[in-house]
Formats: sequence, C-alpha cells, structure tokens
Amino acid sequence: MAKVTVDGIEVEIPNGASVLQACEAAGKEIPRFCYHERLSVAGNCRMCLVEVEKAPKPVASCAYPVMEGMKIFTDTAMVRNARRGVMEFLLINHPLDCPICDQGGECDLQDQAVAYGKDSSRFDEQKRSVKDKNIGPLIKTVMTRCIQCTRCIRFATEVAGVPELGATGRGETMEVGTYVEKALSSELSGNLIDICPVGALTSRPYAFVSRPWELQKTDSIDVLDATGTPIRIDTRGGEVLRILPRQDEAINEEWLADRGRFSFDGLKRRRLDRPWIRRNGKLVAATWPEAFSAIAANFKGRIGAVVGDTVDAEAIFALKSLMTALGSENLDCRQQGEAITGEHRAHHLFNTAIAGIEAADRLLIIGSNPRLEAPVINARIRKATLAGLKVAYVGPATDLTYAATQVGLDTDFLTGAERPMVILGRAALARPDGAALLAHAWALANPTPEWNGFNLLHSFGGQVAALELGFLPGPRGLNLAAMMGGGVDALWLLGADGFDPARIGQNTFVIYQGHHGDAAAARADIILPGAAYTEKDATWLNTEGRMQRGWAAVLPPGEAREDWKIIRAASAILGKPLPFDTIEALRGKHPLFAGIVPEAALEAPPPAPLSGEAFAAAPGNYWQVDPITRASETMAECARSAATPALAAE
Amino acid sequence: MMTLDRLARSFLLVEILSGMASTFREMFRPKATINYPYEKAPISPRFKGEHALRRYANGEERCIACKLCEAVCPAQAITIEAEPREDGSRRTTRYDIDMTKCIYCGLCEEACPVDAIVEGPNLEFATETREELMYDKDRLLANGDRWEPILAKRLELDAPYR
Repeated sequence: MAKVTVDGIEVEIPNGASVLQACEAAGKEIPRFCYHERLSVAGNCRMCLVEVEKAPKPVASCAYPVMEGMKIFTDTAMVRNARRGVMEFLLINHPLDCPICDQGGECDLQDQAVAYGKDSSRFDEQKRSVKDKNIGPLIKTVMTRCIQCTRCIRFATEVAGVPELGATGRGETMEVGTYVEKALSSELSGNLIDICPVGALTSRPYAFVSRPWELQKTDSIDVLDATGTPIRIDTRGGEVLRILPRQDEAINEEWLADRGRFSFDGLKRRRLDRPWIRRNGKLVAATWPEAFSAIAANFKGRIGAVVGDTVDAEAIFALKSLMTALGSENLDCRQQGEAITGEHRAHHLFNTAIAGIEAADRLLIIGSNPRLEAPVINARIRKATLAGLKVAYVGPATDLTYAATQVGLDTDFLTGAERPMVILGRAALARPDGAALLAHAWALANPTPEWNGFNLLHSFGGQVAALELGFLPGPRGLNLAAMMGGGVDALWLLGADGFDPARIGQNTFVIYQGHHGDAAAARADIILPGAAYTEKDATWLNTEGRMQRGWAAVLPPGEAREDWKIIRAASAILGKPLPFDTIEALRGKHPLFAGIVPEAALEAPPPAPLSGEAFAAAPGNYWQVDPITRASETMAECARSAATPALAAE
Repeated sequence: MMTLDRLARSFLLVEILSGMASTFREMFRPKATINYPYEKAPISPRFKGEHALRRYANGEERCIACKLCEAVCPAQAITIEAEPREDGSRRTTRYDIDMTKCIYCGLCEEACPVDAIVEGPNLEFATETREELMYDKDRLLANGDRWEPILAKRLELDAPYR
C-alpha cells in the first residue's frame, strides 16, 4: 500500500495503482475518455492530466503509477489550463453536430466540454472528415465523430475476444475500422455503443428514435440467456425503445449480450393480444369469459402442464399450485427431455457462481458453447484465461474467443487442478445418455464442500426457477414424453415453445398461455395472452440460482394480462381458487421468493454408461432462439448478416 | 386656510373642468385607435405569434429532430417523433404543437440550432374549434412556406442583437 495525498486528502492505495485510481479513492472526479476500468490503459486522450508535486509537466493520471508520499493536485490553474487545452485539441476535429447525434444528452465529450472546456474555438481551418464504416446491422458508425480513444478496439480485442477492429493511419489521419469492411462477429458487439464516449458508435435500431431525457427507466432482468444480466429498460409512451445493461460485479460486470439488448422489437410483433378459441378447426378471437368457460368445460380428466424457458417464477408457482389443487402431478419443465431430476440443487446450478470462474484454475466445458449460449459468461471466462485459467472443451471444434484445447470425455485435463471447474451445457443433458453425462461431469468436477466446480449452464432465464420450484412430474406423474401422443386429455402450455407441438396427441385439448403466436400457439385450442418479460413484475433465477427481481416497464398489449393473474382467474373458474390475490401474497406462499432455498447437498448422481456418441454442434444461429427473437426484425437482420458477413457490409 | 382652499375648489368644480378640458383637447389630436382589422399596428421583428417550420432555399426542411425545442418547452406543448429518412438523414416523422398549451414564450425559437421552428408575426389564427389548434407538421411547414419572406426578414433584422 502506498500513502498519497490528493488535494490534501490522504488516501491509501495498493502499489501499482494509477494516480487516477488514487484520485477516485479520494473522491475527486478526473475527466477521461480513453481510460476504462475494464480495459487496458491506453493513455492517448490526455484528458486525465493532473499535477504531481515535483513533476515538471502535468502527468496523464491513468497511466502514471502512484508512489509513496506522492502529492497530487487535481484542481490547480495548471491542471485546469491543461484540460482546457486538451479539450480544445479534441474538439478541433470533432464535428459540431450534437443536434443530430444520437449520443447527444449522454455524451462524455459533450459533458466534459461543458465542464472543462473553453467556451469558443480558435480553429478556423478545415476539419477532418472520415468515411463511415459498415460494421454490421447493430452498430451505426459516424467515424468523423471519433476522437480516437481506441476504447472500441481494446474492447473488441480484450473483452469480446474478436480482434477485428483496429486503427489505420496515424495522427490526424488515424481511422478506426475493420480494414476489410465486414460485420463484427461478436455476440457482445452492442457494448461498443456503451463504451464509445462520443457518438461515433451508436445503436442502429435506436437511430434518431429518442433522447435520453425523454425516457423512463425501469430495472429488469434479461431472460434471453441464463446469465440473468440485470438490465435497464428505457421506455417512452408505453413503448420499449432500448435496453441497456446495469452493473453487477457478480454477474455481468457491465456487459450485455446482443440478444438481450436488441431483440426487444420482437416484443411488438406477432403478439397475442386477446384470447383465441378454436372453433370448427379454426382459431377465432374470443373474450376472456369465453376462454375461461371453454377451459372449465375442457380442462379435466387426465390433465398435464408444461412450462417454457422464459417464464417467471410467480407464474410457474401459480400453475404448479393450480395443478396440485386439481390433483395432477403431470408437470414438466424439461422441454427437450433433459436428464435433470431437480432432486439435488447442486445438479442443476452454476455452483461456482459466475464470479467464481476467476477463482478456478482449470475449466472443462462439456457439450456447451458458452460463446453462443451465454456470451457474458464467456467474456468472464475469457477474462479468467487472460489471468491464467486453462480451458478445454468436449464437443465439435469451435472458436470460443480464447485458447481452448479440444479433448475427449476420458480426458485427464482436470487432474491435479487445485480448483477444477466443469461447465456442462443444458443441451448435452437432452442426449439419450444425458444422465450418464451428468454423472460423468460431476465425477470430473469432483466437488468438495470447499469448492464445488460442477456447473450446469442453462440456456434461458426461466429454466432454473422452474426446477427450483419443482415443476417436475410427481411420484406418479407423467413427464413431457409421456404426456405427448395422447398421454393426457388436456395440456396447459405456459410459454412452452421449446418442443415440437406436433408431438402432442390429436385429441389432447391444448391451452397455450404465452405472449407470442409461435408454433405452440398454432396448435392450441385456447390461447390465453400473457405478458412478456418487460411487462411484468416478476422474479427470475439465473443459472447460478440467484434470485433477481424485474419490474414492469410497459403494459401488456391489448387484453393480455400478467401470467399469474390469468392462472389465478382460471383457478376460480375451475373451482379451486388459489389462496392469493396479490403478487405479494403469492410470493408469501413459497420460501423461494424470500430467498430461502435448501442447502445444495453434494450427492453424486448415479453413474450410468456413456453412449460415446459425438456432441452435436451448438445451434449456429445465436440470434433466433425463442419466440421473441424469432419475431424480431433486428435479430433476423443479424442472422442474415452472420450468414453472409461480406454481403452485409456492402 | 387649507380647508377653505379645498372647499372653494370643490364648489367651483375645478377637477371636473380640468378633466373636461383634457377631453376637449384630445378631440383635436390625431386618433390613437386604429380601424382593426382594416388597419394594423406595427409589429416588432421579435413579436411571438403563430409558429412555423422553415425550409432551406432548396426546399429541404430545416428541422433535424434534435428535440431541443421539445425539451425546453415550459408548457410541454411540442411532441416530436423521428426516424432515419430514406437517405439516412435525421428528420421528424411527427412534429406537433398544441397551440392551446403554448404560452408563446419563444424558447423553442431560441433553442433551435437551425432556425427551423420560429414564431412568426401572425396573430390572427383564432379558430372555431379546439381541434384546429392542434398543429401538425404539415400545418407548420405550410405556415413556413406562406410566411418565409417575412420570417427571413425578421431574423435578419434581429440578427445584430444576438
């Protein structure tokens, strides 16, 4: 630790920390453009100049290590003058187009020019102008605005692990780009928009749509992958306009995957906004009372229920309570028939936690492609590999953005590791030998009470909640496969779009409750319009089993209602009214909502013989995986561009 | 003495007479009233009347949808929606002013970086229904087209004081 004084305030700071960090520890604000906590130090914007005692010139605080007894001044005439000068230079080649710039109102350059700059410019010569680059359907570039801080280059290279951005030329003619024009091949590319301090990189779908001061901000959780990234939903007039990540060191640091950021336009298309009833083989629009009386008439006999992948915990719990009240144990949430029993929590959780990846020393990934299934977790793995984590994977050859060796299931890669870690993909458990894989992965991870290195990586934000709430067949209950082909008379699908609805028996009466008219809705006899994740106050569990709460940003469209309310209303019609009328009362009925969960016991799953079958490649299309993303135009555009990267950048 | 003086003045109706004298004098002076609407008083170039959206000389609309007028409007009378036009430029798809909310303060004019929204000299836009005072973009652009020569002149006259 070094003791330094910042403007007379004494702070203690670890050796090797920068002067800028010392100033922040002392609560002093230092303007900066190129410096970013999660990227390497570049030191090229010169905005963070401070005065250090006995230094002849102002020093760039982001790149200057602290020394014992250093005296730093952040608000002297010299510093103010230096900042003014740097700002004047930065603005020489920055266009005065704030009124048409999408960054306007949330621009670092704008704010800092007001705070630290001069009021006028002395520059009369020609300004530089740069040709815009096409780097894909998500990011709009206006390269004339670039101040060459190289944050985007460092982000792509260091965090996203796709070294596709770079700088050509030098001095005033330096340009940031991909050299050969192409769409960025990263699933984290949206973060470039957040990281760019000016309006050079802005969101293409959000182009010219709104100003930051017009937006209402609602905290929520991204459910389109199992990371459970905390997000902020920005809305105006009941319309979701953009989604931004919030910061959580334990989960996402400050990144958000592109699917979660850009797929929200799918929430405005192909929505179910009123109940539908099948009459004479055709779905016709109906009212809620008609739908409920049809449910009362048909939802009886051998009944079953399946929940989907992005359903909130409250709705899952309500449906389970309803089925229990109706005396049915035919419940399932494993739409692909995954070998998860739910018996032991440790078998279906990401036990080391996402932040725990950085504590592991060897990581084996089995039957999963975290780059496509959870890009933010993949970025964390990449960060850990830079700090020394060794990674191997079992499955088809793929580029995970970091060095990883391809091994077989009989590997001895983890032997001798102090903190071994195994990530098993949920898709792998859907194989016929899924149970054997689970046991094998568990044995490889060899969990101990001190370090549980077994991790199951789920694919969506609602999957863990269903397992934790036990939405699984009871002792005499039927599982999904047994309910297919006429195994039940009536089937309640709660957002269950993850399996082929053609498997459902011809005479089975199907109730589909969900938000999008996807394949399962087309098979349904009754459609109950539900709310999507942006439209409800709900609890979500990410792959770690971490409980998080999201709030409704907008109202569900038309006649659609929050899912638990629909189930509560149906329970009254079916003669078994559930004992809750408010969401608080519902949450009071299960300890999970209070964060009380059983201890994750370390019991090994029963071993079984492996089939030796090769792992299938992860679904190549990252962009279109569920009803929301399939309805999204932006995602369709991304899928097209990913299929033909050269054409996309025409 | 004072009391006697006041008493004499009131009995002699001095105040009345001086008032009548003033009235009589005014009869021979030029009239201050005008025969509105056939005659109109002169209007300052800074007069804040009916709004208009201006165009450039080549016919391109000036407004770039920066939304500063919307943000500054103290009565929140302006509503703007925007999206990229086909040529990629930033333009409004909707520019509404609720003239019943507007307090004619002129801040929108002050905020506009491209002199697109201006308050013109027109003060005769009374309507028979409330709905007619909900101005949309077409109406405002039409206003601009109609008043452009005067609007440009007004800005020119006011320019030295900015």
